[in-house]
Amino acid sequence: MKNKHNYVCINCPLSCSLELTEENGEVFKVTGNECKVGARYAEEEFKDPRRVVTTTILVRDGTLPVLPVRTAEAIPKRLVIDAVRALAEVVVQAPVTEGQVIYPDIMNTGVDVIASRDLMKED
Amino acid sequence: MKQTRKPELAVIGAGPAGLGAALAATEAGLKDVMLIERDIELGGILPQCIHDGFGSIVFKEVLTGPQYAQRYIDEVERANIDVLLNTMVLDMGADRRITAVNATDGIIEIEPRSVVLAMGCRERTRHQILIPGFRPAGVIMAGAAQRDINIEGLMPGRKMVILGSGDIGLIMARRFTLEGAEVEGVYEIMDHPGGLTRNVVQCLNDFDIPLHLSHGATFIHGRKRVEAVSVAAVDENLKPIKETERLVECDTLVLSVGLIPENELSKRAGIALDQATNGPFVDERMETSIDGIFACGNVVNVFDLVDYVTHSAETAGRGAAEYVLEGRKREKPVKVTPGRNVFYVVPQYVSDIGRDIDFYFRVQHPERAVRTRILVGGEPIESKKHRMVRPPEMIKQGTKPADFAGKRAVSEITVEVVPGEE
Repeated sequence: MKNKHNYVCINCPLSCSLELTEENGEVFKVTGNECKVGARYAEEEFKDPRRVVTTTILVRDGTLPVLPVRTAEAIPKRLVIDAVRALAEVVVQAPVTEGQVIYPDIMNTGVDVIASRDLMKED
Repeated sequence: MKQTRKPELAVIGAGPAGLGAALAATEAGLKDVMLIERDIELGGILPQCIHDGFGSIVFKEVLTGPQYAQRYIDEVERANIDVLLNTMVLDMGADRRITAVNATDGIIEIEPRSVVLAMGCRERTRHQILIPGFRPAGVIMAGAAQRDINIEGLMPGRKMVILGSGDIGLIMARRFTLEGAEVEGVYEIMDHPGGLTRNVVQCLNDFDIPLHLSHGATFIHGRKRVEAVSVAAVDENLKPIKETERLVECDTLVLSVGLIPENELSKRAGIALDQATNGPFVDERMETSIDGIFACGNVVNVFDLVDYVTHSAETAGRGAAEYVLEGRKREKPVKVTPGRNVFYVVPQYVSDIGRDIDFYFRVQHPERAVRTRILVGGEPIESKKHRMVRPPEMIKQGTKPADFAGKRAVSEITVEVVPGEE
């Protein structure tokens, strides 16, 4: 049984409208792409779409009330909302340095959430 | 107490442009560089741009805004640069005299030997797009909402309507959603999105937020707080079609309707401004119409990428160092003219063809299968193929001194887009 999935390629200003045809979970063909980057993008979006997650978390005693954080690498797209929910519960103590691990192995992905900047302790 | 300071260079603004310019000037040999910033910390707009997508050209990796800023902040702190935070520049003259103020020193008079303008840009407001209705709380610009959430830790509303599909609006649609607010939809008056496709896909499509193209806001309802917004489809003249008007309940209207270079100081100094970019005319060194005053980043024109802001800043910083250390006199500059399907070009002038020059330009309308060309006296000296060009995506194209070989008397340079093959 064949199913079709539509994507918009984000790799260049052409913004090709891609149509991926799948047969039993396997990629059958990709159409609408003007180059092979588009075909690869559609396959990734179909098989294992990933996103870098960025949000802010609360900071205690910092010069600012919140700290920007990111996943060190992209994680599966379906976990984005749950990852942000988990991070909403986290409070860190200032000072913080950029790259510091704030939440290891988020959603059992093996990917750490790290601080995006230094944040000093309030005097 | 009120002592005039005389640095070799004063940089106004410490966002990515000012940080990059101050560092480049120091690396080029200046010893006495002053960096003036009105905020409480360095970085400009970057600390609130917590999403990723910065630095792919400069650092060959994808950073968040705060990470990109942190790299330059660390370097500025290591370099011997005189940083003035919480300090507002009030005035600048054509003689480069600067008056600034802060709470510690009071009024500060500065007589720098060179200046780099790096004030960035600001958001267009409700009053610049004329939406009828009441004036309740809850009408906010996308960048202001971004600051509220990402720096202050405050939520500006619970149910948003976003007007305009610029990149900041799209990014905030995702941000509001992740922070638990509802985004009813994004309404764009043009028939194409204002922001990058990447942001339409990852900020709207990923979260099933509808994008209504060819739609505008026709009325803001609510006396104290926004209660609803009327929206309608628009015709080809961008006029609302009455029969399509509908009421959307919301408590916040978020505007993402463009950015304007912030040039009040440039105007006070009498620097010539380009009506197409709303920024100063500059030459290939980013020097303005006044000798010794340089400009870079979004005060010159609104760049799409911070990487390009950094490139322009490094050019301006090196230019200022050269001006101070070598006392260079400018040759009579050659005008750079936008040709076919080019809206504007930065730099607008070239004073010295004996160096590498980066031209940044935007097209007037989308076009497929084209070449962008740089012409001297009608002859192409540089040409590049593109599958597609679009107004939101700035094009960068460089020339080298060798490209001008045999063109001794250069009197005009043109940048143009031409169809297909040569």
